[in-house]
Amino acid sequence: MIFVGELSELPPGESVRVQGEVAIAVFNADGELYAIDDTCTHQDASLSDGWLEGCAVECPLHAACFDLRTGQPSGPPAKKPVRTHAVEVHDGQIYVRESAPVGAAPVGAEAAVGEVVR
Amino acid sequence: MRTATVVGASLAGLASARALREHGFDGRITVIGEEKHAPYDRPPLSKEFLAGTVTEEDIGLTADDEDLRIDWALGRTATALHPRERTVVLDDGNRVASDAVVLATGARARTLPGPLPGGVHTLRTLDDAQALRRELVPGARLVVIGGGFIGAEVASTAAGLGCEVDVVEAGSVPLQRVLGAQMGAVCARLHTRNGVRLHPHGRVVELVGSARVTAVRLEDGRELPADTVVAGIGALPNTEWLHGSGVLVDDGVRTDEAGATNVPGVVAVGDCANSHRAYTGAPLRLEHWTNALQQPAAAAAALLGREHSPPAHHAVPYFWSDQYGHKIQFAGHRTDACSVQIEEGDPETGAFLALYTDRDDEVTGVLAVDLPRPFGGWRRKLAKRI
Repeated sequence: MIFVGELSELPPGESVRVQGEVAIAVFNADGELYAIDDTCTHQDASLSDGWLEGCAVECPLHAACFDLRTGQPSGPPAKKPVRTHAVEVHDGQIYVRESAPVGAAPVGAEAAVGEVVR
Repeated sequence: MRTATVVGASLAGLASARALREHGFDGRITVIGEEKHAPYDRPPLSKEFLAGTVTEEDIGLTADDEDLRIDWALGRTATALHPRERTVVLDDGNRVASDAVVLATGARARTLPGPLPGGVHTLRTLDDAQALRRELVPGARLVVIGGGFIGAEVASTAAGLGCEVDVVEAGSVPLQRVLGAQMGAVCARLHTRNGVRLHPHGRVVELVGSARVTAVRLEDGRELPADTVVAGIGALPNTEWLHGSGVLVDDGVRTDEAGATNVPGVVAVGDCANSHRAYTGAPLRLEHWTNALQQPAAAAAALLGREHSPPAHHAVPYFWSDQYGHKIQFAGHRTDACSVQIEEGDPETGAFLALYTDRDDEVTGVLAVDLPRPFGGWRRKLAKRI
């Protein structure tokens, strides 16, 4: 598991980038935590710098939107999904459980969301 | 409406076909493309593709699992449009009649007056990029004519490949018209800090060499040695073929905000369209990637008589540029009446965000270098002024 930081330091609307096997972006979307691969599948851009709109993040460069729950792009220019990762909170500390490499089935973060909302 | 013909097979043309399908259009779509390649993304041509870090496959715009049911006519040029039957005539004599025509012919690189020696390039197409890439070997001497976005990005990529680079800029600083003198000076420093020689007020009088270029001679008598020259001196809309069609052309095809031309059933999108913009309240021809991606959705909806309500910030003109490892982003519109204030960071030391305000102290534009997140917020704030 990858330690992300204190829950209190990731308020709603904020995001943070952590390093796993690859860079991972962790978002607080209106109180629910999500983690996805940080690098946009379209071109090299950091999704943790993107704009949160509900349960989607817009790539900061080219406006590809990714659903934080599934990693699926909403449409062009991105063609491929990003991986999603499970987020867990223990004693106010955020952790990410990195999914299997690209090609394996994505893992949803629903279980962790419940814990965060409490 | 049962049939549609899209003239142009780049981002705007493909986005048009996609938008028609997304709106439920089930009829025949023919896409005519001058280049033999399937649709590809142009921004990487001066950046990652030129640097060799991404491949032709990487920059393809069509997904493997996507079936748009398009009749492709690639490697074919449209030579005329007959508006009443909406018939597009091709260079092989074929004629394609349809209920709707989307003009997405884009723009082409402006070229230097010829005849030109070998080794002089423009950069617009995949073939252009492949030809240029072969010459950008370590130690090669490259002279870039024009310090605009294409010129600056080619200079940046070439410097990264180990070339010796000179940039000849006609103005006092690069990008003055787009970004103003103050921020143009910031862009000038990006060149000089990375070992690229910038020649402001540079006027080219001759390309020296017969079979191959050997130097670029400037008006003040200086000669810049060159193995390769790139002219990045702007682009011209591909609209000449519409002469006599009745479609109104004035620095691009004139359209309303949704892309509708003066001819029923004919819309124009992307770089070839001089469209009314809610943001400026005036027509503007934009050569921006995001415009080519987003305008077709409105045009397809207009053709099909559907509602279209994109996010408000899509109406704010936006472009980006990558130079020397820095992400430069601009949204909105600058006029000569604008003044510039630094809102965050410091242009002297690195990342910063600057606001352009007009005489009424209203923010009309935002420029960011390496600050994508606050930039995204400002882009949305700008949308509120429409």
